[in-house]
Amino acid sequence: MPIDKFVKFRSPAVPLPIENVDTDQIIPARFLKAVERKGFGDNLFRDWRYKKDNTPNPDFVLNQSRYSGKILVAGKNFGSGSSREHAAWSIYDYGFRVVVSSFFADIFKNNALNNGLLPVVVSPEYLEKLFETIEANPEAEFEVNLEEQTFTNLETGETTDYEINAYKKKCLLNGYDDIDFLVTLKDKVAKFEESLR
Amino acid sequence: MSSEAKTLFDKIWDAHVVEHVEAGPDVLYIDRHLIHEVTSPVAFGGLERRGLKVFRPENTIATPDHNVPTEGQEQPIKELLSRKQVDTLTANCQKHNINLYGLNHPFHGIVHVIGPELGITQPGMTIVCGDSHTSTHGAFGSIAFGIGTSEVEMVFASQCILQPKPKKMRVNVDGELHKGVTAKDIALYIISQISTSGGTGHFIEYTGSAIRSLSMEGRMTLCNMSIESGARGGMIAPDEVTFEYIKGREFAPKGEEWEKELARWKSLKSDDDAVFDSEYNFDAADISPMITYGTNPGMGVGVDGNIPTGDDMGKSDRFTFNKSLEYMGFHPGDQMMGKEVDYVFIGSCTNGRIEDFRAFTQFVKGKKKADNITAWLVPGSHQVEDQIRKEGLVEILEEAGFELRQPGCSACLAMNEDKIPEGKYAVSTSNRNFEGRQGPGARTMLASPIMAAAAAVTGRVTDPREFL
Repeated sequence: MPIDKFVKFRSPAVPLPIENVDTDQIIPARFLKAVERKGFGDNLFRDWRYKKDNTPNPDFVLNQSRYSGKILVAGKNFGSGSSREHAAWSIYDYGFRVVVSSFFADIFKNNALNNGLLPVVVSPEYLEKLFETIEANPEAEFEVNLEEQTFTNLETGETTDYEINAYKKKCLLNGYDDIDFLVTLKDKVAKFEESLR
Repeated sequence: MSSEAKTLFDKIWDAHVVEHVEAGPDVLYIDRHLIHEVTSPVAFGGLERRGLKVFRPENTIATPDHNVPTEGQEQPIKELLSRKQVDTLTANCQKHNINLYGLNHPFHGIVHVIGPELGITQPGMTIVCGDSHTSTHGAFGSIAFGIGTSEVEMVFASQCILQPKPKKMRVNVDGELHKGVTAKDIALYIISQISTSGGTGHFIEYTGSAIRSLSMEGRMTLCNMSIESGARGGMIAPDEVTFEYIKGREFAPKGEEWEKELARWKSLKSDDDAVFDSEYNFDAADISPMITYGTNPGMGVGVDGNIPTGDDMGKSDRFTFNKSLEYMGFHPGDQMMGKEVDYVFIGSCTNGRIEDFRAFTQFVKGKKKADNITAWLVPGSHQVEDQIRKEGLVEILEEAGFELRQPGCSACLAMNEDKIPEGKYAVSTSNRNFEGRQGPGARTMLASPIMAAAAAVTGRVTDPREFL
């Protein structure tokens, strides 16, 4: 599926200061039964977000109206566990465009990038400060600039760089999709297969 | 040190690179693509929207495993959403000419159990599947890793995947394992030492005498759990144990082809002076039968040990640790032995093979299931189920109060009806103890099949060595 072009934006952020947020927390397996990619945002963080009687849990951050925005800020080792791309879909479908953490699990990171969701890796110290900024002022804004590979805490003025593979950066900025590229290689792949025989 | 020296991982990876993208990932050729009902439908949908066909259907193998019931597989699936996913897989496989081992087919089972048992998994291959436990197949000296659905679509479209080359890690375990210590315990021990993110960004090669001493099925258990350390996969160089296992299986090379492949497979190993990006060394003698107490697989201790006190943890680690123990209903410093257990689950791509059922059966033989225990015994495949029956294990199990169910992923991820009820404790031979993994509110303790057997007959966490 072609992805949306990633454009620079400013937004407040939603804090989730929990470590090792695994894919079963992002979207539990029982919600993976769809055969189409739609509506996964409704079940994002399902078991933290809703109580047993399916009413919203007021203690969970997504149910607290003071927090909003397109940036999710989470504790280290975000997205560990399953390969389910539904995790990236649900975060994107909910409305997030960026996840900030000090560490991401590999498969989640790939899945996010393949769906136009930008994983931003910052230092543990910078992450700690982000949580402090949001706690002090939930309306604090942050700027995400992919072109420059920068993330700025507009409240403190502190900017940090982040890494992204040059190829993936180009894909995100232009809304390119890997499959369009891969199908142009079919003849080359066929030749490669010949060489294996 | 020679600059030519390569790791086993490098050798296989480099031999599969079709093209290197400038300042980007490699275009990696995939030998075998395994698919199942949950992570494939959106990829098929995407392919159709582009007007594309599956490029190499002959290299694609399908089976429904994640959400299938483990009772009454002869009848239509009752749960409508599950049925629709399974039916969608069947329709997509027909449309794209893909070999499907559906429910009731003699080759049906968990995708990572049937690949090896059918001889589809072979040394030196690249193997992917939309499932993180694809790492299992690395036990044969192949590069095998889990992928997302966008990547499943890539492989459908081109038999290739765009992938940055991971770093290499060696995990060496030397020495002799104590009695009652299994491959599962090695895996849980390693993860408890390097954490659930210790392997992130890396591909592991397991080496050392303790690894060599493992059976093929033990090696699969170990490689299966590689992803729980954050690594994309884990591999073990093939040897006689590997070749012996593959020989004669359904899709294994035969005759002259076998000899040719065997010669090639024998060359598959890391060069002596190959350099790894990171290395760990462990002594097999330090490993006890392991059990987890928390909500990630790194939170494990020897069964005769105690839950850490958490006193030496930093603020954020401590917060996560406390949250985890609160979910489990445990306290810092608790001893694990004697904790009440309600459910026992034997199965999954981690421990759902014939050796696991033999070990469990041997342990419970002549004993009785504890009254407080509900036990779910779920074979990893139809072939495993048939073998259990053929060897007469069912009679021993029934005598001890256990019933066998039908194959599937079952309570490992509780997508089907097999859900551990809220607040109940399960000793499980599966791979993840995340919050809600085995059902909303379920509390999971990961362990080996013999630890699970000990819990099943005593009704509580018990050191299996007491009975050996």
